[in-house]
Amino acid sequence: MNKRSNEPFLWLLFSAGGVIAALLIPIQLFLFGLAFPLGWIHAPSYDQILALARSPLGRVYLLIFCILPLFHWAHRFRYTLYDGLQIKHLNELVNTVCYGGATVGAVAAAYLIWRIP
Amino acid sequence: MLRYTEYPPKGYRVRMSTYWWTARWAYLKFILREISSVFVAWFILETLLEIHALIGGPAAYADFQGFFQQPIVIVLNVITLFFVLFHAVTWFNLAPKAMAIRLGGKRLPPAAIAGPNYVAWVVVSAVVAWLVLRG
Repeated sequence: MNKRSNEPFLWLLFSAGGVIAALLIPIQLFLFGLAFPLGWIHAPSYDQILALARSPLGRVYLLIFCILPLFHWAHRFRYTLYDGLQIKHLNELVNTVCYGGATVGAVAAAYLIWRIP
Repeated sequence: MLRYTEYPPKGYRVRMSTYWWTARWAYLKFILREISSVFVAWFILETLLEIHALIGGPAAYADFQGFFQQPIVIVLNVITLFFVLFHAVTWFNLAPKAMAIRLGGKRLPPAAIAGPNYVAWVVVSAVVAWLVLRG
């Protein structure tokens, strides 16, 4: 086997995504998923959210926030199926669904963030 | 049966039950930690839907807030918060195991490595909350 393994690269994405997910998802989920919909905290207006999201820094933030955790999911979920359910004979299908799904999500994220007016 | 080609078996191997992870609390914790990734992906999907609504304009955005208010989505988000917090805590606690820093011949205590992670977590959360809420 002369083919270089791409495992280190995928692991790097997994690891970086894990950090982003751990640091940023809890607060964002708390605000947008619970506190605003339940009225615990007064939600910012459309214009305020748009101003945040459309700024150059906001776009970079959203890009990192969306893409890296998707690859974190892909890698971790792949091994959840591999170790947890031991469906190793479906390895290729699982890999395609996981990394392929994350790639589709990443492209969709980039497109959406680019389209923010 | 022996079609697991990635790591060819050498000699006798004990077959593990598909439900091996239910045998012990530590195993179950491991699988719950791994499952947390599904909830991570779910929140990213929610964020993408939110951005999509943002692109649609004020009316579409206001409409979309109804999605977050549906009881089923609230329940799902409570479960998601639990798993995401579980991911964060296990992730930060993993750092001391991943890096063995030695100072003066002695290994730095785990709390000295995990501690700064928690400090960073609080600071980053506060900054995000401030940016979103400052109005």
